Amino acid sequence: MALLFFNALLFLGEYQLTEAKLQEVSSEQNYTVLRTELKPMLGKTYGSSFAFVSDFNKYFDAYNTRQQENEQWDRVIWDDYTFAATKAASEGIVKENRGVWLLLTVILGTAGALLYILPLYRNETAGIKHDGIMFSSNKARGVIGITLGVYLILLYVVLYWFPAYIVNWTLLVDPLSRFLSGGPASQWFLYGTIYTLAILVMGIRMFRKYRGNKYQTLRTSSVMFFQLSFAFLLPEILVLLNKPWHDFKNIWPLDYTFFFDYRVESMVSSGTIGMFMFVWGILLIILGVPLMTYFYGKRWYCSWVCGCGGLAETAGDPYRHLSDKSLKAWSIERIMVHSVLVFAVVMTLVTIANYFSGFALLGQATGVLHQWYGFLIGAAFAGVVGVGFYPLMGNRMWCRFGCPLAAYLGIVQRFKSRFRITTNGGQCISCGNCSTYCEMGIDVRWYAQRGQNIVRASCVGCGVCASVCPRGVLKLENGPEQTRITDIPILVGNESF
Amino acid sequence: MKETKAIGDFCTNGKGSRIVIIGNGISGITCARHLRKRDSAAQITIVSGETEHFFSRTALMYIYMGHMKYAHTKPYEDWFWEKNRLCLVHDWVTQVDFEQKQLQLKQQEPIPYDTLILALGSKTNKFGWPGQDLKGVQGLYSFQDLESMEAHTQNCARAVVVGGGLIGIEMAEMLRSRKIPVTFLVREQRFWDNVLPKEEAELVGRHIREHHIDLRLGEELDSILEDEAGNVRAVMTKAGEEIPCQFVGLTAGVSPNIDLVKNTALEVNKGILVDAFFATNIPDVYAIGDCVEYRTPPPLRRPVEQVWYTGRMHGETLARTIAAEPVPYKPGPWFNSAKFLDIEYQTYGQVPNTWEEPVDSFYWEHPDGKKCFRALFNSESRQLQGINAFGLRLRHAFFDEALQQHTPVEAVMERLQEANFDPEFYDRFHPQILQAFNTQFGTSLKPKKNKKKGLLAIFGL
Ligand SMILES: Cc1cc2nc3c(=O)[nH]c(=O)nc-3n(C[C@H](O)[C@H](O)[C@H](O)COP(=O)(O)OP(=O)(O)OC[C@H]3O[C@@H](n4cnc5c(N)ncnc54)[C@H](O)[C@@H]3O)c2cc1C
Ligand code: SF4
Repeated sequence: MALLFFNALLFLGEYQLTEAKLQEVSSEQNYTVLRTELKPMLGKTYGSSFAFVSDFNKYFDAYNTRQQENEQWDRVIWDDYTFAATKAASEGIVKENRGVWLLLTVILGTAGALLYILPLYRNETAGIKHDGIMFSSNKARGVIGITLGVYLILLYVVLYWFPAYIVNWTLLVDPLSRFLSGGPASQWFLYGTIYTLAILVMGIRMFRKYRGNKYQTLRTSSVMFFQLSFAFLLPEILVLLNKPWHDFKNIWPLDYTFFFDYRVESMVSSGTIGMFMFVWGILLIILGVPLMTYFYGKRWYCSWVCGCGGLAETAGDPYRHLSDKSLKAWSIERIMVHSVLVFAVVMTLVTIANYFSGFALLGQATGVLHQWYGFLIGAAFAGVVGVGFYPLMGNRMWCRFGCPLAAYLGIVQRFKSRFRITTNGGQCISCGNCSTYCEMGIDVRWYAQRGQNIVRASCVGCGVCASVCPRGVLKLENGPEQTRITDIPILVGNESF
Repeated sequence: MKETKAIGDFCTNGKGSRIVIIGNGISGITCARHLRKRDSAAQITIVSGETEHFFSRTALMYIYMGHMKYAHTKPYEDWFWEKNRLCLVHDWVTQVDFEQKQLQLKQQEPIPYDTLILALGSKTNKFGWPGQDLKGVQGLYSFQDLESMEAHTQNCARAVVVGGGLIGIEMAEMLRSRKIPVTFLVREQRFWDNVLPKEEAELVGRHIREHHIDLRLGEELDSILEDEAGNVRAVMTKAGEEIPCQFVGLTAGVSPNIDLVKNTALEVNKGILVDAFFATNIPDVYAIGDCVEYRTPPPLRRPVEQVWYTGRMHGETLARTIAAEPVPYKPGPWFNSAKFLDIEYQTYGQVPNTWEEPVDSFYWEHPDGKKCFRALFNSESRQLQGINAFGLRLRHAFFDEALQQHTPVEAVMERLQEANFDPEFYDRFHPQILQAFNTQFGTSLKPKKNKKKGLLAIFGL
């Protein structure tokens, strides 16, 4: 219901741009240009955002094309005003009844979800709750699952490339944004709000599903906490305090813009806090990651702290079994994820070199790299594929095939770590629950049935294999490195040779 | 049956000896894998009528419950067989000609062999109950049984499961996962009490009832009644109660599946009789897995052992005998595990349902009544004899060693924390267990800690 309302919002309301509104959203200098260029639009009322945006772009592009043809490069307006202008132009029932709509959509939706989630498994004993998953249309790639996947993909495409169409949604969260950071809501604030809500609500679902399972409960509380505080509230509060927006738990190369000149500049120029951000970020990369991963495995980040991991582990949990377990998928995974890591490292090196060479030589190359990385990896992979493919190919597509930080953590975990999943002697019955529910597509059973410990770069330590194993075969633990990688020729229990 | 594929080139061309295995269960497949590891020339053929590929029989229940699909239960990807030149023949063997060394198949050409390995598995026990062959009455062993169960429980208002063993409780759980009301007839006075001691049997019994299964202890099946269409309509108990139902699960145990070799030159009793090398009375014919009966059981073992682990060990051992040097089968301390609905069960060593002097027992149960720990030991030599654990996970290697070293029970209790295999952050029960032991036996044992050194201690590892 709430989702329906939410989607309907996009088609409601009217759009009217006035001079005053235009002035509000554009810079002084551009305002004069825009006022003349957009003259035919001003005061006119549009029935939908589509008509509005299309007209806006028509006039706007016409102007830029003209300048370009005349090679008046300095006159071209590079800033994108579509979103801001559309948002300002939005009028009518959405804008005037923000509170009501917020109630009807986001709040009602959350409440509805909670009403469904809270009583889940109420009269049941604690245990594995996987009955019927493979028959579910939503969870087993049925019509509902595919529809949802397509919807999510569209959502991401609009969010990344056509935000002007969803201004009505951002209007809803404007008051929240003003309260937190003092500024109006961008599409990213809207995204952050929904993202955080999804982690919180679906985190509560995890508490119900894994009742009695302390590892899962603690881990879920941890990602909920980090998302709400570090990723959502703290950065906005920083903005309120006139500091750069910063997520202290995001680490390069996942946070691929960390070394971009504008980020570095804004950090360095923001006093002590800014310097702290910069130093903290670098410390995490060179000390935090290797040390923590040595002691606890990459799980300390991927399934306890990370925001992408947080969404995958909560909202993505119903789809974890859809990951591909084949050997082929594993070889593709290794090539892809390490290529992205190389891409990210090269891009960053070029950026830094560019910074020190005074933006002379490498300016062009840096720009192109940034653009392509942002488009291919940052948006298309992490967003569209990463989340949109949850109901299609499992909840860790991005983490498994694309995340450069995961690749870095994984290299440490594979070669220098105390973490492993211990196999309990000869108790495995090869049932396959562990492999089926491994979101990273690790064929856990392959190792378990040979009595071998599982040491894999990709393991994020979610602990679900250990939870679902009906014979108590698997245990995530940190222990001496010597006993970590085992190759037992014969399983415990057979003394024949 | 599905159209069968032509046998690949790699199956029949070559100079290695022709080894044919009937049965693609855990024993046959383990044997084939280990044979291939040790002998790259052998021509290895595996025949089975049940499914083309090896799947995990123990996971049948999860397919019905929707936790997994059939494909998930295959431990190896489909390319694995050809890559390792293990030739799969999907067909039923109808006759074995031990003289000509040849197998007759139901659909395909006969297969000659130099060495034959029988890994035929088990079949469901039926005790001649009236109505046992009606539609909707079945056991659960094969993949075909699963398909039949799926078909016959589509519109089922109540099901009855007869026989309180491991497969019985699995079947009850399967039916409950589809919200089908289940009546569970168990002949014994307590659930599985021919294996479990009283306290453990009661613990499981309570948990079964908690899952809304109508558990009837001390009740026996008399007959199964049919309707006009030949379907089951109700069961009649020995006490004279008629229970209406549309499905009956028969789970009163399994026995070796030896129909293929009955009344042949092969010596059989309950199972195919084998020596310590899995050799039968006919040269070049071996048998492993569920279908086997030991002529002389290994120490502390029963003549017929029908579990996954023994099948796997048989396969490992026989492969060595055939491809390298003869090794007799020498299993280590017994171990097994199961899951009763939500409660996991592990056992190591010997824990029978009753015991006598000089064997003594220590038993601890958590106040929630869902976790317990039992240790049997010799009250004179103090040697540990066996462990039962419910709702706790224990380390196999720890008890394997303790049992082989004849460790005294006190030494085991002091180091119990090392045996803990529960997930991280779970409550630890070994202090309570040790306390209970001290109270029961008037000892004052304290946990023996492994000292942690240096940096690691600082990080609390
Ligand atoms: C529902 C269920 C749950 C179980 N759970 C557990 C458990 O948790 N732990 C445990 O230890 N054990 C468990 N078991 C027992 C375990 O599965 C068996 O001990 C084991 O599978 C036996 O393996 P096997 O290789 O000897 O025989 P099987 O796996 O039975 O393989 C024999 C194969 O040979 C084929 N075959 C037989 N005759 C012919 C013929 N004439 N022609 C062609 N093919 C033929 C059969 O079709 C079958 O595919 C369970 C059994 C069942 C049924
Ligand atoms: S879930 Fe446990 S028993 Fe099943 S295959 Fe995995 S490790 Fe083995």
